[in-house]
Amino acid sequence: MELTRRGMIALGAGAAAVALMPALPAHAAVDDAIQAFTGGASVGEGGITLTTPEIAENGNTVPVSVSAPGAVSIMLLAAGNPNPDIGTFNFGPLAASQSASTRIRLASTQDVIAIAKMADGSFVQARNEVKVTIGGCGG
Amino acid sequence: MADVKPRVRVPSTASAGEAIVIKTLISHPMESGQRKDSSGNTIPRQIINRFTAEFNGEMVIDAALEPAISTNPYLEFEAIVPATGEFTFTWYDDDGSVYTATETVTVS
Repeated sequence: MELTRRGMIALGAGAAAVALMPALPAHAAVDDAIQAFTGGASVGEGGITLTTPEIAENGNTVPVSVSAPGAVSIMLLAAGNPNPDIGTFNFGPLAASQSASTRIRLASTQDVIAIAKMADGSFVQARNEVKVTIGGCGG
Repeated sequence: MADVKPRVRVPSTASAGEAIVIKTLISHPMESGQRKDSSGNTIPRQIINRFTAEFNGEMVIDAALEPAISTNPYLEFEAIVPATGEFTFTWYDDDGSVYTATETVTVS
């Protein structure tokens, strides 16, 4: 078999299409979850820090931390999971910083989204891609 | 479930108003409801769906957890201790069980 440039591009496009396919059905659920959290308000950028590993070898335990000074609650979403919800953190008066760290499951390579509700009612989001070597929603 | 054991790490002393880091972990399978057993039946979901941390009755963090949280859910966060008192950590299981742990912090 001869490897031509054209052949490689076609292969790459095919692989990208296959990689995108499983993520498609979850998108509606992600939008629904964001809508439910923000109530349709527009979501800005900045003021929120989401820390995730670039590559997670084991999708069963992916460490994530999120920090949004001045937030009252932070919601985490995994855009490519069968159920995109990860969790919601509500901060009380004795929280020293509006930050939390936990470990999550990711089914495949996908975006992790954090949306913070600020004390003034505005919303900001951050989005990081995590590459997953072995998925964590085992069958 | 007998094998559920909460573990919490809180500094035993702090100065007033200082931000302290709290780490919590509870041994729990966090069965997602997505997995199937060897005969193809779906294993029913059983997770910790809520975690709260309070200090002398005042809320520090109240987290709603979903099946995407890993086995043995681990949470790390920061709290302010205005005076000597007690932290109460509560985990709520899908099956209705409630697990609690308490830790005392002395303000010097």
